[in-house]
Amino acid sequence: MDRIDPALEDIELELFVRALRQRHGYDFGHYAPASLRRRVRQLVQTHGTGTISALTGRLLHEPEFVFTVIEGLSVPVSDMFRDPPVFRALREQVLPLLASWPRINIWQAGCASGQEVYSLAILLEEEGLYERCQIYATDFNPAALRRAQEGIYPARAAQAWSRNYLEAGGRHSLADYYSARYEFIKLDQRLRRNVSFANHNLVTDKVFCEAQLVLCRNVLIYFANPLQDRVLGLFRDSLVRGGFLCLGLRESLEFAPSGADFTALDANLRIYRRNVFTAPDGKA
Amino acid sequence: MIGCSAGGLGALKPLLRALTPPLPLPVIVCSHSAEPGTGLLVPLLARHARLPVREARERWPVEAGIIHLAPPGYHLLIERDRCFAYSVDEPVHYSRPSIDVLFESAADAYGAGLAGVMLTGASPDGAQGLARIRQAGGLAIVQDPADALAPTMPQAALDQAGADHCLPLARIAPLLNELAHCA
Repeated sequence: MDRIDPALEDIELELFVRALRQRHGYDFGHYAPASLRRRVRQLVQTHGTGTISALTGRLLHEPEFVFTVIEGLSVPVSDMFRDPPVFRALREQVLPLLASWPRINIWQAGCASGQEVYSLAILLEEEGLYERCQIYATDFNPAALRRAQEGIYPARAAQAWSRNYLEAGGRHSLADYYSARYEFIKLDQRLRRNVSFANHNLVTDKVFCEAQLVLCRNVLIYFANPLQDRVLGLFRDSLVRGGFLCLGLRESLEFAPSGADFTALDANLRIYRRNVFTAPDGKA
Repeated sequence: MIGCSAGGLGALKPLLRALTPPLPLPVIVCSHSAEPGTGLLVPLLARHARLPVREARERWPVEAGIIHLAPPGYHLLIERDRCFAYSVDEPVHYSRPSIDVLFESAADAYGAGLAGVMLTGASPDGAQGLARIRQAGGLAIVQDPADALAPTMPQAALDQAGADHCLPLARIAPLLNELAHCA
């Protein structure tokens, strides 16, 4: 294994992050360092550059290389209906309350390859709400957004996903929603009819839409505390009063002041509602 | 910092029981035995340990005198400020949590003030992480493969990282107690 000089590696990592920000507009400066360091090391290994500095060189001089880097640094694939109790709670507790709004906007922030987008669409379809919904599925990685739009996944995952779907209270069989061919499954593209996929960077972009529900599971775990807090503020400002926020099953809100703007609907499942009385910028 | 896989429960129970309170250092355990979705490992091990056993909580500080367990379904990492971080990056050697991921980040965070322990297991996960711990000046303790229910993991660790101590299970806890109290 390559020897690592920690002090030297810190300098290289800082320069890499700076190059990414100044040259390409992607700001990883407030990501949780341990995971970021690990992913950058992986990029060094995958591309055989030997050092982070050499990786930075390619980033600066090869225009297309940034997309490879973004792919390597972005939140990876997920599963359909991951953590079935969460989707069951969305189905049984959240959707009936959402039904009181005539139009329902849902923001899936950091949708990665789209597994949760399709899970959500299926849920809404089965509960008879889909026609009133608009789902905004955003990610900062263009390659992931393309995969999400295609909805093609390895068939080997289908069995576990079917199990998840049923545990989450599915009314049919997951196989009703995809066609299988060779080693792949393709999700029914009708599930996409009310989905808009868009490029949005939680770190640098502003409020995306007025939403009744924001889903952002296991994305904030990659952000250091100040950035986590800022993005929670972004969700608060996007949500209507009483709107819902669904985070990953083990995410901690205790170190984010913005967490105080939400009240738990189910603390164990990390489902929250935006408080009716909050004063984001002293306004409301 | 303890990593184990197949047969790990059987090894962890006596090992954790033999750690004597008050322990002035934190203990962090990454076991592949935890199935995603179940939270059974914490109560199971709590019944055998004399120190408090808890799941390592996202963003919370590592605490001395506590046995922290890696959560099922997530990688556990240690930040330099000695707080826990989670990730859902791809499994390593089919495992999430992965011992490599934990050990490598812990080596960055603790440098020479860290001991990595590799117990029984049927996976090469952890070997690279243990090598990183040694490289950063930390101590590598490996269960003697002849003494392990599944020798693959300790053997891979010996092959890739070597060890400062290669011991039967029964002698590992006394060593850890001694290290903790003279640290």
